[in-house]
Amino acid sequence: MMEYLQILGQEVYKIIFLLIPILVSVAMVVWLDRRVWGLVQKRKGPNVVGPFGLFQTLADALKYIFKEIIIPASANKVVFILAPIVTMTLALIAWAVIPMSEDLVLADINVGVLYLFAVSSLGVYGIIMGGWASNSKYPFLGAIRSAAQMVSYEVSIGIIIINVLLCVGSLNLNDIVLAQKELWYVIPLFPMFVIFFISALAETNRPPFDLPEAEAELVAGYQTEYSGMMYAMFWLGEYANILLMCAMGSILFLGGWLPIIDVYPLNVIPAPVWMIIKILFLFFLFALIKAIVPRYRYDQLMRLGWKIFLPFSLVYLVLTASFLFYFDKLPKVNI
Amino acid sequence: MIAHSIFFYFFSVIAIFSSLMVITSRSTINSVFFLILDFISVGCLFIMVGAEFLGMILLIVYVGAVAVLFLFVVMMLNVAEQKQSWFIGRKSTHIPTGLVVSVLILLELLVVVGGWKFKEDIMSSSTLILSDISNTHQLGLVMYTDYILYFQLAGIVLLLAMIGAILLTFRQREGVKKQSYINQVTRSPLTAVELVEVKSNQGVKIDD
Repeated sequence: MMEYLQILGQEVYKIIFLLIPILVSVAMVVWLDRRVWGLVQKRKGPNVVGPFGLFQTLADALKYIFKEIIIPASANKVVFILAPIVTMTLALIAWAVIPMSEDLVLADINVGVLYLFAVSSLGVYGIIMGGWASNSKYPFLGAIRSAAQMVSYEVSIGIIIINVLLCVGSLNLNDIVLAQKELWYVIPLFPMFVIFFISALAETNRPPFDLPEAEAELVAGYQTEYSGMMYAMFWLGEYANILLMCAMGSILFLGGWLPIIDVYPLNVIPAPVWMIIKILFLFFLFALIKAIVPRYRYDQLMRLGWKIFLPFSLVYLVLTASFLFYFDKLPKVNI
Repeated sequence: MIAHSIFFYFFSVIAIFSSLMVITSRSTINSVFFLILDFISVGCLFIMVGAEFLGMILLIVYVGAVAVLFLFVVMMLNVAEQKQSWFIGRKSTHIPTGLVVSVLILLELLVVVGGWKFKEDIMSSSTLILSDISNTHQLGLVMYTDYILYFQLAGIVLLLAMIGAILLTFRQREGVKKQSYINQVTRSPLTAVELVEVKSNQGVKIDD
């Protein structure tokens, strides 16, 4: 029994040391997002609280904590409270499989990519539950929009992942990173990278695809009735999801924790730093796009997903497979 | 192994409890939520017996896509809470129908499990006994080689179902304006502006 307790204690210790940096970096990333957004629009962005305004998000979080939580009288209370919890839990458990370096990973499982994909496809439940339980029309419309959008773009993300897996021959995330030692997949699979990036925007309800919370039409979408800490949890979950998508993109296409080239001054920088640099680079692109691209119309969004991305990634899948087959580059399975 | 069995009982108790709640809960929405919980715990059971690929696919396909559509339909139909209990309602047809279906499923299970138990060489003839490679590799090795026909047939059945569903619900609405991206991008200033001679009392049709 003592042994189990010891193992349990170690795991809890590891989990805490994974979760705290993620929560802190989510707060920092919100600041980065607003800062980039401001700079693009020739504003300063948050710059008052702390050095460069770094503590702005912490101040906001404090404000949310001390606000009263208002639950609408006609809401389904259990589901209403459950929804932000689901969102945040799902956003955080996915980090268990993200490798920050070859051995710095909480769970190095065989089906890491599938796990990530499964967790990100479950993310839609938090939104549907929140929208439905609010029992009000704007949240419900927002939730329905969001669910349709996320289910649609998951399809093309799935096919893009298959493209990468064909080149790697393994579902393990560390294997995927190691397979890119010679060449990052962003070069041979560049069109897939672009589509993955755009689909990730749609999957996380970021602008230009933030129709579920389009403020001009739907007030704030599924978050309309939420207040205080519950709203903050939705927010945290959303940004943790965005960071997760960035991590996924950097593992699948940008070589994860590998340095740019394996030469002296670059390869002494520790692997987690490279991973963080890549995640931040992708997040910077996310933030830029929020500032410079106008919002899509809903039918355009659906058209883009089903009529352009899906056929294109399917065709590219066939191309990748035939290329690997005819040039005899298919990954060998050692049995 | 103690931890293993603790987790096994944990997930199976949740699975059985939530499947009971699916059929007994009054509100349809709660039924769907319990169905999702059931799927998740069954997926965890799959992972526990070492079928991690199946467990993940169960999560992705059933929880990530199918159950979302379930939830959609239930929310859109706005089915009110079941006023009377299913066991008391006099005209209720749920019980006989459910009984017939469940007896059929029980018979099928008996046939499958019985056949499996009495076929002696099923383990020796299997190509899957390669214990040192992962579950996903094993599936990949046989799926597109030995079982390619069944795999393709299953795909064709699904495709037919999809085409059928689209065909049943497809209707061409009239008077809907469609955006043609090619026309928008390729139009030039010369063709964009048109001078029209307007006859009095007749007007002119501009938008086509």
